Amino acid sequence: MSMVNNTAKTYTGTATSRVDGRAKVTGAAKYAGDFNEGGLAYGAVVESTIARGRIARIDTSQALRVPGVIDVITHENRPRVADTDQAWKDDVAPEEGSPFRPLYDDMIKFNQQPIALVVAEEWEIARYAASLVRVDYEKQPFVTDVYRKRDDAIVVEKPDKLRGDAAKAFAAAEVRHQADYFIPTEHHNPMELFATTAMWDGGGPLTVYDKTQGVQNVQQYLCGVFEKKPEEIRVISPYVGGAFGAGLRPQYQVVLAVMAALKLQRSVRLVLTRQQMYGLGYRPATIERLALGARRDGTLDAITHEAVGVTSQFEEFSRNDTGWSALLYTSPNARYEHRVAPLDVPTSCDMRAPGAATGVYALESAMDELAVALKMDPVELRMRCYSDRDQNEDLPYTSKCLRECYREGAAAFGWDKRNAEPRSMRDGRNLVGWGMASGVWEALQMPAAVRIVMTANGHAEVSCAASDIGTGTYTIMAQVAADSLGLPIENITIHLADSTLPRAPVEGGSWMAASACHAVVATASEVRKELLRLAKLMKASPLADTVEEDVTLSDGKLVSRTQAERGVSISDIMRHGAMERIEKEKTNEFAEDKAHARNTHSAVFAEVKIDEELGVIRVTRVVSAVAAGRVLNLKTGRSQVMGAVVGGIGMALHEETVYDHGFGRIVNHNIAEYHVPVNADIHDIQVIFVDEPDALVNPLGIKGIGEIGIVGVAAAVANAVYHATGVRVRDLPITLDKVLARRPAT
Amino acid sequence: MIPFQYTRANNVADAVRLIAANSGAKFIAGGTNLLDLMKDNVERPTKLIDISRLPLTSVEETASGGLRIGALVPNADLAWHPLIEKRYPLVASAILAGASQQLRNMASTGGNLVQRTRCAYFYDTATPCNKRQPGSGCSAVNGINRGHAILGASTSCIATHPSDMCVALVALDATVHVTGPNGGRTIPFADFHRLPGDTPHIDTNLGPDEIITAIEVPAKGFATNYSYLKIRDRLSYAFALISVAAALELKDGTIQEARLALGGVAHKPWRDVAAEAALRGRPAEEASFAAAADLLLRDARPQAQNGFKIDLAKRAIIRTLTQAARGTPQSQSNKTIQ
Repeated sequence: MSMVNNTAKTYTGTATSRVDGRAKVTGAAKYAGDFNEGGLAYGAVVESTIARGRIARIDTSQALRVPGVIDVITHENRPRVADTDQAWKDDVAPEEGSPFRPLYDDMIKFNQQPIALVVAEEWEIARYAASLVRVDYEKQPFVTDVYRKRDDAIVVEKPDKLRGDAAKAFAAAEVRHQADYFIPTEHHNPMELFATTAMWDGGGPLTVYDKTQGVQNVQQYLCGVFEKKPEEIRVISPYVGGAFGAGLRPQYQVVLAVMAALKLQRSVRLVLTRQQMYGLGYRPATIERLALGARRDGTLDAITHEAVGVTSQFEEFSRNDTGWSALLYTSPNARYEHRVAPLDVPTSCDMRAPGAATGVYALESAMDELAVALKMDPVELRMRCYSDRDQNEDLPYTSKCLRECYREGAAAFGWDKRNAEPRSMRDGRNLVGWGMASGVWEALQMPAAVRIVMTANGHAEVSCAASDIGTGTYTIMAQVAADSLGLPIENITIHLADSTLPRAPVEGGSWMAASACHAVVATASEVRKELLRLAKLMKASPLADTVEEDVTLSDGKLVSRTQAERGVSISDIMRHGAMERIEKEKTNEFAEDKAHARNTHSAVFAEVKIDEELGVIRVTRVVSAVAAGRVLNLKTGRSQVMGAVVGGIGMALHEETVYDHGFGRIVNHNIAEYHVPVNADIHDIQVIFVDEPDALVNPLGIKGIGEIGIVGVAAAVANAVYHATGVRVRDLPITLDKVLARRPAT
Repeated sequence: MIPFQYTRANNVADAVRLIAANSGAKFIAGGTNLLDLMKDNVERPTKLIDISRLPLTSVEETASGGLRIGALVPNADLAWHPLIEKRYPLVASAILAGASQQLRNMASTGGNLVQRTRCAYFYDTATPCNKRQPGSGCSAVNGINRGHAILGASTSCIATHPSDMCVALVALDATVHVTGPNGGRTIPFADFHRLPGDTPHIDTNLGPDEIITAIEVPAKGFATNYSYLKIRDRLSYAFALISVAAALELKDGTIQEARLALGGVAHKPWRDVAAEAALRGRPAEEASFAAAADLLLRDARPQAQNGFKIDLAKRAIIRTLTQAARGTPQSQSNKTIQ
């Protein structure tokens, strides 16, 4: 499929500015909590202050006496909701378990669980009244520390068939490395707070503005929970101020806002506070155990990767964490096993590169330690173990340019000037460390449909239910639509994130670019066919004997690919056919290919400078070389990877949800004390997109770049910290006290 | 947020009269800490007395050669005030090490003194805290206490004072001017904040019916040999694990006079005159600095999670005194520590 005519301007693959940029910086873009109408009531959530037990008594009388309070909804007076797990399961819900149902009954399953919703005429009133709700609990013993449940964890993933005998090979290996690594719980902390505005329309369909990564997922979920027909609830989410996975599953505020709107027959807005967002999902704390056995030449004989992550007592959430280790490198013997420990906390959830960000951090830290044991350059070790086949499935890749990532990344970084000896490089009082790591993610694609309405004046409206969570979906769809319809990008209008629009999956897993853009191309092809049909009806049509495969849309015209002088303008065709609009809708179609593995890769190089006496760490340089097929937009793509690198630096040095396990409660539940990097922590970040043509993964060669940018970054930084100091910190985040306490005697 | 009355004070006497007449009232100036505390239901004032328009915004030279800083001078204005930059750069540097530009624009000089601890348990009404609710217990003693005090703590409270500016002011021998129903008085800066003892709910010796009107710094500003070094978990917008204000007067490489104060280690900005005395007459070199650091930390007692702070404080003291002695103070814009 060729969609690009070389003579006209093309957008795909260029550094096109965001088509929604102006709306965002001028404030014209409306987010879920921005939609207004008269008579809006405001909700405020009351949360549990214990980790486990039941509500013995809940007294709302004082709250109800506050002037302006409309209602206080609790498990005792809530309207009817569905009572089957199936009804409460959204598209992203774990297969195993019973999804959380807010205000369902008196059971407390985690701290900060919503236990009442105050609805008032004003938000301040609601918030004050919420502070007056009195609750007596019957407390029960609880556990929030994964280390206390490590031995009771449940197996959620292990290979179908064993590859060799990893334990035996490890025992016999010439060089061995085994260690535990730990990633603490992390919260997503998107800038935009979770918010829902539910618009009551006199008993007509309920319009729900929600912060979500999938409007149709939320719509279907709400229909299940409130036993509604699909046409009775519409979900809209035109802009999302970041989500990072937190918005994949419907969050409890959407249930509470809709519940209140239905009960009170009023429009209701509910915006969670920053603190309350720590009662939602999170990246699970994970204990990772790696055992690597190698020959002296740096080839691997044995890989064992075991992990224990966190989930709730009521749902079993996990993502592929340990499988990456067996996939990435050549090793005749490999074993992996992922277990989860059910704790008295909310269910964990997806957070950027779920599973890979944690599992590959551990793998790539262990590979660095193996390189040290082998006295081998870490890049060289990875080259010796390089695999051109998916080691788990024994399949070739549609493309894999990880070698080029190592090569181009190393060259840009100046890796060849590295002195392998730890503590050997200095800059004044600072120890300088250079570390690297590999990254890997999946290249997925999902069914998605797009509708195109083309008008005779050469404009096209492109509609899809997909969300743009800030990643640039509006822009890449406009680029691909402009190219495949032969129109300037200014003539393309993209409509997204309305549950009534053509079907799209949730925006996650890095699959939206490939999924949505192929739906655009497929639908544009239908538009082109219709234009050709009409063109052939024209008198003395220059395209009279042209076949479908020979025409393309370019520069506002339908033209022959082989004879460029043969063409008719779109407006002429439509005027002649007396058509004001052509409307087509089509679902993408991907050829089934079970003969290839599909992955994206990266090589990350990091420089740290660490004050030897004070332990203060600065990440002064990062080079991230990414192989992810065709990059649709060099500007938004680069920004996305840069943001992911910042996220990875945060994972390495800053991010940690701190629990007081005595209270079973998070103590740093605000963004003053939950640290993410600030500008002062971020220095030079260079993003390289390695050329990776891929005709097999899908016709446009798109692999997606949402997650790959964060994978490997934490390991590269951790490895650089070791190289600088000789201190191996295996529990993130790497804070200065850990570096100071563990430094070798000098 | 609980409902409260709002009133505006027309002058200092009015402010004092209003606060004396309302036991549940609080002054509000920039509100950068008070509003957070009200949102979290930690502070529940029945009345807010807005003092932000009182004429306490000037920086004036005093007859004795010092400066009198109005209590309502915004932190940002103070940090960039020409007289402060030139004569008291330690104060400017400490202010710029704290918070963010936006917060410094709002925060007042007087308010900076009476900000409350950032101990997580103080903010979380679901947990016991002697400072918030006297007698309820201290959750931090057996809880998360990595950031807590190593000096001057008690069994009832191990919280730290969060200010950076106050560390510089205590080092410089500042004085706090306050006015109450019986007129004005001055409080030496070192006596302004209290140790927790068994009354951790009382942060300062400011009377409940008194208002801060000015901070006075004496003539000696140590503008040549000073440094403020803040060690924290990220390079900006984080409270200090350890901060050090150091100022020296040197003659031919010998210390004539020294000032040394720490932040992030105690319930108050921690100045140690014994450590300062130990520096006097000694050569401005690492051995002298190390001895002073050992002396300053002689009574330090770690909590379960913050033993690292004692050694880190010593190292930070040595580094800050070294920066001061060399006349190369820590930059607060370029975070590189030299």
